[in-house]
This record gives sequence, structure tokens and C-alpha cells, in this order.
Amino acid sequence: MLDSALNVLTSGRNFSRLMDGLGITLWISFVSVGLSIVLGIPAGLLMASKSKIWNFILRIYLEFIRIMPILVLLFLFYYSLSQAFEVNLSPFFVSVLVFTLWGVAEMSDLVRSAVTSIPVHQRESGRALGLTEIQINFHIIIPQAVRRLLPGVINLATRMIKTTPFVFFINMPDLMKVGQQIVEVSGIRDPMASVWVYGFIFLIYFIICYPVSLFSRYLEGRWQSA
Amino acid sequence: MDIDFILKVLPFYGAATWVTLTLAFYGVLFSLIVGTICAVINFYKIPVLRRIVYAYVEMGRNTPLMIQLFFLYFALPRLGIMIDGKHCAIIGLTFLGGAYMSEAIRSGLSAVGRIQVETGMSLGFGKLKLLRYIIMPQAVAVALPVIAATTIFLMKETSVVSIVAMQDLVYLAKDLLKEGHSAESNFLLVVSYLIIILPVSLVFSYLERRSRFAGFGS
Amino acid sequence: MEQSKIEIKLLKDEKSEDDGIDSESRKKGSDPKSGDQPDGQGEEKFILRIKNLVKSYGERLVLNGISLDLRPADVLVLVGPSGCGKSTLLRCLNGLEPINSGDIELDGELITTGDIKWTEIRQKIGMVFQSYELFPHLTVIENILLGPRKVQGRKKEDVLPEANSWLERVGLLDRADAYPRQLSGGQKQRVAIVRALTMQPKIMLFDEVTASLDPEMVREVLDVILELATQGLTMLIVTHEMAFARAVADQVIFLDKGVIVEASPPEKFFNNPDSDRARKFLNVFEFNEIHKVQSL
Repeated sequence: MLDSALNVLTSGRNFSRLMDGLGITLWISFVSVGLSIVLGIPAGLLMASKSKIWNFILRIYLEFIRIMPILVLLFLFYYSLSQAFEVNLSPFFVSVLVFTLWGVAEMSDLVRSAVTSIPVHQRESGRALGLTEIQINFHIIIPQAVRRLLPGVINLATRMIKTTPFVFFINMPDLMKVGQQIVEVSGIRDPMASVWVYGFIFLIYFIICYPVSLFSRYLEGRWQSA
Repeated sequence: MDIDFILKVLPFYGAATWVTLTLAFYGVLFSLIVGTICAVINFYKIPVLRRIVYAYVEMGRNTPLMIQLFFLYFALPRLGIMIDGKHCAIIGLTFLGGAYMSEAIRSGLSAVGRIQVETGMSLGFGKLKLLRYIIMPQAVAVALPVIAATTIFLMKETSVVSIVAMQDLVYLAKDLLKEGHSAESNFLLVVSYLIIILPVSLVFSYLERRSRFAGFGS
Repeated sequence: MEQSKIEIKLLKDEKSEDDGIDSESRKKGSDPKSGDQPDGQGEEKFILRIKNLVKSYGERLVLNGISLDLRPADVLVLVGPSGCGKSTLLRCLNGLEPINSGDIELDGELITTGDIKWTEIRQKIGMVFQSYELFPHLTVIENILLGPRKVQGRKKEDVLPEANSWLERVGLLDRADAYPRQLSGGQKQRVAIVRALTMQPKIMLFDEVTASLDPEMVREVLDVILELATQGLTMLIVTHEMAFARAVADQVIFLDKGVIVEASPPEKFFNNPDSDRARKFLNVFEFNEIHKVQSL
């Protein structure tokens, strides 16, 4: 049993190919989360502001992204966008684009609720103490907003990692695709290949996401009670 | 856009929408059942079972549906368990969704105060009646936003079932893309998902608003 | 209405450093039937008998040998400094807290050993808590009917007249269809009392029911309890409202550090308590006049 498992996972370049696939999966998530944070914060602040038009536009955008499956968005951008503009978009580009569009939507909503959830009296207390508006923002508002934000951001990151397998559908050689290719080849010699490879990938995802979700829950618990 | 083409393939989209809807319905329904059972086991801190529930919930929440489906469809037959595509899809969605729903309902249950429980007990309610008449109605109301989000999440997740050979909307769109009608097939794909998910989303936001304003919470 | 009779047996607490514990046996009123019966024997009927109840949280002893008896229509008021174990005592009586040792007899039935069916026992004990916890998802009338219907299996049309008449007596009949969040604290607490009463309990336990209320709402709740006392309901009341305790009690039980320090009729307890500890406790409720220092 164990022999068969080790054999399938380590024969040829199988293991390093799986790790390459994992690298792609993580890289897509990492770049997308980074871009989502950078672009989501201003979008969220716009939503928290009183600008009705921006608010409306961002709301529609957010709702559309929330309703559409990521897979549909990948199809839309990978097949239709490239056709419409007659450009050849790489699967990686489309993946990062779609994940970022999604991430910005989620991030802006997190920022909006973090900012608006800070009670008005916090700002007023700051003024009553004679702090300047800048001091109020830096010492009172932002630290509180970040605390409210961070668990949500970490949560978003794990959701992205768990959604990356979708890029399989647009021919991205991610963990799932590599796994499938290995099963196709090794499965001829060893019928148990699918069990080991898919079991292994299952485990990899769990090992990555579980500690992160524990950490996010720890932060939530600690900061909620504080 | 090629209107004739759209009209020609419209019936296929109707059929595929039905496949997606059916899978989503069973997936959400069984997820709610599994999630409720897990949350109750957790709430009453039933020994042994709660550890199993914990392990399951963490596994379900921390792995993607796609790998769960791959394992069910391609790996389990090697271990002597054959499940057809449709049942794989429903089992996979339930495995995933049950874990999420369990967390949603657990958060609702933990929002019901200890004194509510004690008040019910002091009126002579046994564990199950307490749960049914006093705790659950409150917990579900609190958990509604999360249950709603999870329901929509599960409906969207059904989009991957073509990997277990289900002829759903994505399967159909992929098929038509090969023939080159990218704009039309993607347009219909988007519209179909809007038709499926938008009403659910609207109903949930209506319910949430109602329970927030007219509801009983303070 | 038959005058209530009280006999309290006090248990000497060996561990206590205080020697001011009185054993007092006192009769009030004049019931010729049972006047000279030794308690617990013959036809004498008790709703509740507590013998040598001990309860601890880990190392900390909360109740150290509590004994008391309640006959039908008795109203006992438990007073004492916070943390003295009053609320814990009430919670032990209907099984919300497990006890370490001792016996509790409810309506002639021992409820501390053997196969205890708490769901049945609790129907005989009406309890009202400090935090006015109505079920927020149900209207006032639904709150009241839920227990009788779902626990006792009574029919709605049978319970409804009873529920309504209680509601009328506490002045809330017109709020029957309101949700709890639409009520004031005092109203909620009155509904909570009605909800417990509609279960037709043998005894009512009140656990500081006015402690979380705004001052102006305290009266309306206490008036309801006072009226219940005149109706001959058996009650065990924990309260910090001393004037109310004086008015409603047949007997005041002063609890300190888990033991009964003193048990006296209200006039005696409030005017001339036997123990120093009780005297100190009562002093807390009085203010001396202050003399302002003239500013320079």
C-alpha cells in the first residue's frame, strides 16, 4: 500500500511537478490577494463615503461579482474577452484578473463595514480630548478598523486558495491539473494512483488552509473580547 | 450576436439550468440537515461525536469542492465504491455545505443566551423540545445572513460539477465554445446564472431586512 | 384566607466563626389543626423541605448546610450580601445547579436521589430570573402558552382563559400580542411571572426579579408579587428591596457565607435583629446625614 503510494507520488518528476502546480496555485492566490488589498481599500473608502453615485456603481459591481460563479467569470474573460479584443490572454493573466475583481469586491465591502462600524462617539471622544483629526485617524480609527478587517482579509485569502482549482478549467497547470495528468499516466500501471494523488492534493489544501483559518479565528476571538 | 444561434441552443440551456438547479436544491437541503445535526451535537457537547464533527467540519471547510469531487468520482471506485456523477455531485456539495452550514448554525446557537436555555429548562422543557421551540427559532434568525451567504456560495459551487460528467450549464457552455460561439454561449451562461441565483439573493436580503426591522431581536 | 404558618429549623454551622446563630422556632398565626405538630410528621404538609444542603464550586463552599421548610402559602424572603449563596440556593432547587449533598423534598417527593425527572419536577416549580428573559421570537401570549402546550400537552383553548385572566390581573391584557422588545423591563418581568404561573406550579421562586429594572418599574413588579402573596401562593423570594421584603415576608431568612445566620419574622428582623452580621447588613441600606465642610 504505502509502497504504491510512495511510488506514484515520487516516481519520475511527479513530486516536483505537483509542487510546481502548488506553486502556481499559491502564486495566483498571493498576487490576487495583494492586488485586492491595494485596490479594495480605496474602493471601500469610496463606499463608506457619502458619494451616492460611487456607492451605487460599486454596489452593482459587488452584487454582480457575488452572484456570478468564479468559473463563469473565468470563462467570460478567458474566451470572450480575448475574442472581443482579439488578444491572446494567458490563463495566468485571466486567473489573476478574475480573482482580483472578486477580491476587490469582497475587500471593499470589508473595508466599508469596518470603517462604518466604528461608532461616531469614538471620533467625538477623540475631539473632546483635543486630538487633531489626523491624530484621531491614526490613533483611534485606523487601529480599530484594522482589527475588524484582518480576520476578514485572512478569511478571504483562504477562500481564494480554495477557489484556485477553478483555473483548471482554463488550462492552467495548477495543482489539480498536474494531479489529473499524473493520474492519467500512472493510472495505467497502478490503478490506485488516483487515490494517492487526489488524497495527497486533498491533504495539501487542508494543511495550507487549516492553520490559516485557526489563526483567523484566534484573531477574531481575541479582538472581539478586547 | 447571432440571434438564430441563441434561439437554437436556448432549449439546451433550459435543460442545463434544470440540472444545475436540481443539484443546488439537493445540495443545499442536505447541507442544512447535516449542518443542523452537527451544530446540535456541538451545542450539547455530546462526547466523541463532537470530536468527529469537529474533524469533519474542518476538513469540509478547508478543502476545495473540486478535490472532494475528484476523490469521490475518480479515487473511490479504486477502493471499491462506485458512485455515479449525480450522486457524487450531491454528496460532494453536502460534504462541503454541511461543514459551512454547521458553522453558520453554530454561530446562531451560541448567540442564544445561557439564560434563555435556563428559562426554558425551568419551565420543564426537555432537551429536544427546548431546541425545537426556543433555541432553534432564535438561532436560525441570527444565522440567517450566514445561511443565505452559504446557500448562494453552494449554488455557485455547483458550477464545477461538469468534472463528474454532469451536463450542467458550464458543461454546455464549454461544449458550445468549442464550436466557436463564444460570445453567445457565455452570454447565455451569465444570464442563466443570473436567473438562478438573483431571485434567491433578493429573497434572502428581503428576509434579512424584515427580520432586522420587524423581527424580534433588539 | 388561612393565615400562613412558618417553622424554620436552623442548622448550627460548626465551621462558622460567628456564634450569633440563633435557633428559633416560631409560630405565626393560629392554625388549630397543625399548631402543635412536630414538623415533618403527621398530617403536616410541606411544599418544600430542604435538609442540610451543601453546594460548592470546586473548592469554594457556596451553601454550607442549608435547611428550611415551606408549608403551603408560606412566603420566605432570602436576604443577604451578594455572593452569600441566595441565588445559588434557588438554582439548586430546580436542578440548574447540581448539589454536593443534602436532601430536597418537593411536594412530598425526594428530588435529590434516584432517577430524577427534572422536566417533570420543574413544572411544579415556577422560577423568575433577574434578567427578564422572555423568548424574543414569540409574542407575550405565545410566551405564556408555550410551556403549558408543549410541555404539559394542554390544549390552547383550555390554557388561554387562564393566561388571559393572569394577564388582566397584572394589567397587561392589552399587550398580549406584543413582542418582548416592544415592552418595558417591568412589563417583561410581569409577563415572565405570568408565564411561570400559567404552568400551575406548587411553588414560585423569585431570583432578584427587580434587580435589573429601572427604579420606576420596580413597584409594578413587586405589587404583582404582593398580590400573589395575599392569594396564598407559596413563594421563596430573593430580593434586595428591603421595604418589599418587610411587607411580603412571613419569615426573613438572612444568609451569609453560605449559612443561615438568622431567621426571623420581618418586624423582628428589621427592627431588632439578633445577629451582628444582620445588623451590619441592614446598616448598608441606611445613610447618615452628611455635613458639608464650609469652603474656605
